[in-house]
Amino acid sequence: MSERVPILKIGDVLLVSIQIDLEDQMVMDLQEDLSQRIVDTGARGVVIDISALEIVDSFVGRMLASIAAISRVLGAETVVVGMRPAVAMTLVELGLSLGGVRTALNLEQGIGELRRSRRNGSVPR
Amino acid sequence: MTNVGESDRLVGLLTQGREEFTGKWVRGVTSTLAGRLTAAEVQQDLNELYTALVEALRNGGVATRNEAYGEVRSLLTELSRNRARQGFSPTETAFSVLALKDVLEPALADGADVKAYLQLARVLDDLGLYTIEVHAKTREEIISAQAEQLLELSTPVVKLWDGVVGVPLVGTLDSARTQVVMEKLLQSLLDLNATHAIVDITGVPAVDTQVAQHLLKTVVAARMMGAECVISGIRPQIAQTIVALGIEFGDITTKATLADALRHALDRIEERGPVEIGGLL
Amino acid sequence: MHESPITGNGDVVKARQAVRVLAQEARLSLVDQTKLVTAASELARNTLSYGGGGTMRASIVTRGTSTGVKVVFSDQGPGIPDLDLALTDGWSSGRGMGLGLSGARRLADEFTLDSAPGKGTTVSVLKWAR
Repeated sequence: MSERVPILKIGDVLLVSIQIDLEDQMVMDLQEDLSQRIVDTGARGVVIDISALEIVDSFVGRMLASIAAISRVLGAETVVVGMRPAVAMTLVELGLSLGGVRTALNLEQGIGELRRSRRNGSVPR
Repeated sequence: MTNVGESDRLVGLLTQGREEFTGKWVRGVTSTLAGRLTAAEVQQDLNELYTALVEALRNGGVATRNEAYGEVRSLLTELSRNRARQGFSPTETAFSVLALKDVLEPALADGADVKAYLQLARVLDDLGLYTIEVHAKTREEIISAQAEQLLELSTPVVKLWDGVVGVPLVGTLDSARTQVVMEKLLQSLLDLNATHAIVDITGVPAVDTQVAQHLLKTVVAARMMGAECVISGIRPQIAQTIVALGIEFGDITTKATLADALRHALDRIEERGPVEIGGLL
Repeated sequence: MHESPITGNGDVVKARQAVRVLAQEARLSLVDQTKLVTAASELARNTLSYGGGGTMRASIVTRGTSTGVKVVFSDQGPGIPDLDLALTDGWSSGRGMGLGLSGARRLADEFTLDSAPGKGTTVSVLKWAR
């Protein structure tokens, strides 16, 4: 029962919307799948929507940070969007600040953020 | 358990002397309340209580844990709650019950009835303690309700501009309040699609390391949601304490006034330009 | 009282869900629910990674006028030699960021840790409804 999180491609952006409570294996699979898709598609942006996630623990937090780092190495900028207030407050208390991960309030803002960083040339081609 | 004969005797005596006893009881209690309650009000409470007490003695003897005392307890609960809300002290509240001992003492405490009197005294002591307990509990409820109201009152989140929300903080920041402020602020970011938040601390009397910690957490949480948070309203004295205490605000933007912070936020919004997603797709 | 084994990866998700149900039943605020469930998630993963599996027991508790949820994790693993060190941020002997124990302690209202080398580990977290 190795369910996988779907990765959608829109233009040169990969969109991941996490809709269910993730098992650890799915988290690790996602990291692997996403790296592969970035390479295969030449995507230059990744948006991870976590608005459906009721909790983010240190394991998932670490995954988000490493996805951001990996995709940056592969030439794509990652934006994590839709974090719920209760989740943000819990992560702060937990001692996690997701430094190095771009965030935005929602999908629209997230794509705007990618577009902006493209315009400012902060993503290597 | 007591023997039935004694409580029967008590019931008889109390029923017989009802007029005299309740009259003295009401006078005794009224005099200690120094006019804050009228004799008529006291009389109503105590008459009901007296009736319930006699009934409880008849059915349950002197065992106050007995369910026959249910009515007495519920009357006492109501009485204590009211007294606590009206601001009477625990002693004044308990005295409403204990005064009955003084009334009955001359009538019962000599000769054959002394044993019955002692047992009744114990019942009244028990009930007196019960009123104190209810009194204390009521006060606790009042305090926690007020604390909650204060939390609600003191943390309005206001929209300052399109995309900018602000919270003017007033008073001391403890962790319970921080949680409420934080939650409201973060929720408003989502609701108003605001990318900038301003926490104004003009009304915060002092900033120590703990308050700074709370402010920091708020800023970091907002940032994780994708919004920028500026702290404003840092008065000169507070700036001095912050430096003296060696508090590190890290890369958090701070401004002297709310106006400065708003200008900063608007500049940033202008810099970033509008959110356009059409061209990317 | 809810009791469940923590022996596989899927059990961490189940543990989270069980704690969430109790937290809602005990009327914890949304933020407090999230904090408790996150703490439970950290501890469940610890039980799995360091303790070699164990059990979770979760229950609603009352004290005076307060209601809360208590979650206890126990395992028969190698135990923790230095409790102070284990509660330091960033300390980790397995996978993870070393925020498990210290993070769970910060997220809970009450926290206990009982462990000794060879004796296994029992950790509990408690969160009160405000």
